[in-house]
Amino acid sequence: MLRQFVLRVLELLAVLLLVSFGVFALLSLVPGDPAVAVLGEGREPSEYAALRDEMGLNDPFFTRYFDWFGGVLHGDLGSSLIPPVVPVWDRLVAAMPVSLELAGLGLLIALVVSVPLAMWSAYNEGGRIDRAIGAFTFGLLSLPSFLVGLVLIAVLVNSMGWFPRTGWVRITDDFGGNLSHVFLPALTIALMEMAMFTRILRNDLVTTLNEDFILAARAKGMPPLRIMVSDALRPSSFSLVTILGLSIGRLVGSTVIVEYLFSLPGMGRLVIEAASTGNYPMVQGAVLLIAVVYVLSSALIDLSYGYLDPRTRRARA
Amino acid sequence: MPEPDINHTGDPVDAPVPAAAAGTALLDPGEETAAKPRVSRRTQLLVGAPMLVGGLALAGFAATTALLITLAKVLLLVVGLLVAMNGLGRIAEAVRGKSVDIVFVLGMTWLTVLIGLAVLAPLLPLGNHNDATQGLYAPIFAEPELGSEYPLGTNNYGLDMLARAIYGARTSLVVSLFAILIGTTVGGLIGMVAGFLRGATDRVVGILANALLAVPPLVLLIALGTVLSPNLRNLSIALSLLTIPSMVRVARANTITFAQREFVLAAQAIGATRMRLLRKELLPNVVLPVASMGVVMVSMLIVAEASLSYLGLGIRAPEPTWGNMIAEGEGGVMEAHPFIVIVPGLCLFLTVFSFNLLGEKVQKRWDPRSAKL
Repeated sequence: MLRQFVLRVLELLAVLLLVSFGVFALLSLVPGDPAVAVLGEGREPSEYAALRDEMGLNDPFFTRYFDWFGGVLHGDLGSSLIPPVVPVWDRLVAAMPVSLELAGLGLLIALVVSVPLAMWSAYNEGGRIDRAIGAFTFGLLSLPSFLVGLVLIAVLVNSMGWFPRTGWVRITDDFGGNLSHVFLPALTIALMEMAMFTRILRNDLVTTLNEDFILAARAKGMPPLRIMVSDALRPSSFSLVTILGLSIGRLVGSTVIVEYLFSLPGMGRLVIEAASTGNYPMVQGAVLLIAVVYVLSSALIDLSYGYLDPRTRRARA
Repeated sequence: MPEPDINHTGDPVDAPVPAAAAGTALLDPGEETAAKPRVSRRTQLLVGAPMLVGGLALAGFAATTALLITLAKVLLLVVGLLVAMNGLGRIAEAVRGKSVDIVFVLGMTWLTVLIGLAVLAPLLPLGNHNDATQGLYAPIFAEPELGSEYPLGTNNYGLDMLARAIYGARTSLVVSLFAILIGTTVGGLIGMVAGFLRGATDRVVGILANALLAVPPLVLLIALGTVLSPNLRNLSIALSLLTIPSMVRVARANTITFAQREFVLAAQAIGATRMRLLRKELLPNVVLPVASMGVVMVSMLIVAEASLSYLGLGIRAPEPTWGNMIAEGEGGVMEAHPFIVIVPGLCLFLTVFSFNLLGEKVQKRWDPRSAKL
């Protein structure tokens, strides 16, 4: 067990190291001269040369990588190339909570809606309700998140006026204001995940409901809802947990898009802005941070199998 | 490990669909009518025809009326289309004499028409799709009017929306299909070799694939977009990177299962080389699951390409893609001229939906074990 754990951690570290190298290598290929990006055009060539020297751009590739990586280990991701010239780390720390709140709330809405929906669907297997839910979720899966967002904006903002279109209020400033700004973006993220979760959980529930122990519970006269919640749900949730792990990547993607769509000051908008202005230290830092958070959360989900299904505790060792 | 239920010749499996999978054909209207006593053809036709006409009328009313608020319009439109589809299904059943998966048929029709139009686009008498100077002579934001010079309207540069939608389909399809081609070939080969050799090679491939998976797809694309100039070739390569890890996984898992089968052992025993084993024994068996994964991933790539160009990091305007056409609705344009967003949005939705239908069918047929969704 311990050996397995250590191997897993080592693999994680190797993956993260590779990612950091890849991010650095990729973004050192950025076309154009960073010195020009900092100083602007039309200066003396000697000025550019001096700045390039100062930024260490003339050093060999690996020296630059290790310089950068050493800084990363100390929480120093360099400074933004484009004014305001502030440390990348500060911008990331300011943007991170917005994205986390958005993604977290989106995931929460998706789970809260999908679990009962899947139960309802599985209970009526093959029936009208089951097919309607199936068709609805299948349709939702084909809607990219920015389309979902635009439809929601057209209906709930422009037509009904229930939510603000853009802007952000920090949760520490005004809880109600924060909620009204975060709800619609979170709903946009939630819809697609909800569809995915509902389908996966429904299929597993249908399989579980055909098992003998469910029959036994039924024979004892337990009410259907009780059987669903206390007997069927846990053994049916493995695929859901796997998908949960896989869906985090997509979740990050839709968070990026939704932040752009609703102009929220999160990581996603930071990355897009930095990418379109060629502000590569910002992109490097953001991508690295996102990757670290993503890899760690996937690892945590992996560990949760042991909790959900005691059988895997031994099988994995 | 239970014996996989794929025969080694790679024939499609006709085994009864497991209970869990049977329920996924939820869009199949004929699924439960088969169990019920059959309704006569005449009744089907008599019920179906009014449903089709009434549904279309309802949808048409909802789309054009100015009396209702947006929410009610959208709901009416959806209801109308569903009724019309059900009616069409009944008519098709009456005509064919057996139940027809009408949604699937419609989806494949859409794909066929779209691919046809996209391929033939330069030969078709289409309007101006990307020349903003010529657009100066055309009306801007012309409302869609079938039968007029601009059937789907024009955008803010006076460019023809129909032509743009079709050229957008061209970009979308070319990029996604090339990416899938690269992804299945490269990923499939790497996965096969890793699964066949195992050991250190396998571990290194695993770590590399995980490193690629460690960056969420869209973020990876954005990072690549910072560096690469957005053209069709670069976009295909970038998108193919998203598919490679999954392809490696599928190919590797299938290679490992098949490598233990008797026919591989037998070939080995009569002295086949490793190259021959890979090429003649394993490849034919791994191709189908990998290809079905490829079909499943097309829709994801179309969405990824559209997202990237929506964010302004893909193909740049005035060259049309569905993503950057949708982005033209920003800044109040969508509110004033909804069709600017609706035309490309609908194209995107229908295409992704149809590819999802196709993916589901293909995966159930070719790779039933991994057909989870």
